[in-house]
Amino acid sequence: MKKALKEIATGFNSLVTGLRITMGQFFKPSVTVQYPHETLPFPARFRGHIELVRDAETGKAICFACKLCERACPSDCIVVEGAKLDGAKKKSVTEYKLDFTKCSLCGSCVEACRDGAIRYSRDYNLAGLNKEEYIMDLFARLQAEAQAAGVPPAQTEAIPHAASESISGAHSAPLQGAEPVKKDAP
Amino acid sequence: MTNLLKILLTEPFRLVVALLVIMSFVGLNAAYLVWVERKGAGRFQRRPGPTEVGYAGLLQPIVDALKLLSKQLILRDGVDATLFRLAPLVVMAPAMISLALVPFSEKLLGRDINIGLLLIFALGSVNVMAIMLSGWSSRNKYAIISAARVVSQNVAYEIPTLLVVITMILVTGSMDLNEIVRQQAGWFWKWNLFRWDVNPLAPVTFLVFYICMLAETNRAPFDMAEAESELVAGAYTEYSGMGFGVFFMAEYANILLGCSVATVLFLGGWQSPVGIWSGLFWFLAKLYFLVFSVIWIRWTFPRTQFYGLLNLSWKILIPVSLFTLILSSAMMKIFHGFHGV
Repeated sequence: MKKALKEIATGFNSLVTGLRITMGQFFKPSVTVQYPHETLPFPARFRGHIELVRDAETGKAICFACKLCERACPSDCIVVEGAKLDGAKKKSVTEYKLDFTKCSLCGSCVEACRDGAIRYSRDYNLAGLNKEEYIMDLFARLQAEAQAAGVPPAQTEAIPHAASESISGAHSAPLQGAEPVKKDAP
Repeated sequence: MTNLLKILLTEPFRLVVALLVIMSFVGLNAAYLVWVERKGAGRFQRRPGPTEVGYAGLLQPIVDALKLLSKQLILRDGVDATLFRLAPLVVMAPAMISLALVPFSEKLLGRDINIGLLLIFALGSVNVMAIMLSGWSSRNKYAIISAARVVSQNVAYEIPTLLVVITMILVTGSMDLNEIVRQQAGWFWKWNLFRWDVNPLAPVTFLVFYICMLAETNRAPFDMAEAESELVAGAYTEYSGMGFGVFFMAEYANILLGCSVATVLFLGGWQSPVGIWSGLFWFLAKLYFLVFSVIWIRWTFPRTQFYGLLNLSWKILIPVSLFTLILSSAMMKIFHGFHGV
């Protein structure tokens, strides 16, 4: 009898404790992020797929097609071609393709690059309808970016396939610019 | 105009009008209690709940109802079509009729009869039969297992409920719901919840009634009827579209009914806790406080195991309610004379 009463008392007490805890949570602010409306602050060292870097002064690609990244890639997913333009001392890149279906985001290419000509992009909205959309033309992407920034596309005539559409083509620029708007990170 | 009102307020029109009002009340409440439930669940789990459809998701119930209405009620091979179609109606109707007997305020009730309490609990047992019908007629093993559980659960919880109700009938000396509320006039310590003089364990009685009410309405943590994670959707597995929707509405109608009866029996119904301005407002305030507590409990406690459920009833609730019944009858005999009140 005594034991049973004690059991009831402790059981009831634990139920009340549970109710008190949930009521405490009820009045605290919500911790979830309403994704399409809000996003979390972007991690500074986020590693997306790679992209070409533009020279801050000229606005053109730093890359001169040395192909170190192509060789460093363990998955063989980078194709770089370059050509010597009239009057230039170095070669400049004319084609840079990334096969993102094979890329494992290991970052060997970025490490291999001596001149800081490639870096990780901040794209993560990478939904597509077919495999071909993930063969990314990074040079075309750079051109589009340069055009958006107001730099004349000087090398356009040198590229035979600037118009090819890909995920990382012209329409990914606004995604990249999406600023994190969410308050406190949990 | 006054003539029309007079006609409408005399029997049998009064009952028809009352049932129409109750139907719209239940429909609206079922829709928006789902919204409150989802919002509440969100808040308890620290997320915002529905936000997209309308301001703060307020149009969500309407969209859900439209979706359910536009879906087909599928009758699969081998179901007992008549019983299958009848079951949602049988589960809904008793709750509606019972709500017509509940005094929302002194004058605002469908029919003032002097055995209202008895009728409500008589109709309450139909609910179990309806869920059993739905399980039986769907020809689905999950549904039938769930139906068997529901019968066992409701038999177990009907007993303490009725023992508590008998105690309250002894204390108040009446089965007339409006009369029971009238007796609790005055400040809140006049409520049956605090009738120490006849029932020293009155709060415990209320607690037993409340737990039984949760079990009778098949709410978490006693939701054996629709044990989603174990039995697909329990007795409602084979129901689609509005067939399922009616069961869903009936669940909320039964919650409303259970909370109304608890309000009338223990919390003074439409009586104000401070003795003045009694009326509909106080009834609704108490009712929705209890409804909120039901939601609160659902999102706090995990579902009990089946033997735990039966143990709670047979080993704790029935002895306790029997004890309070004997105690309060002894108190009445000794201190008040048997019909003293």
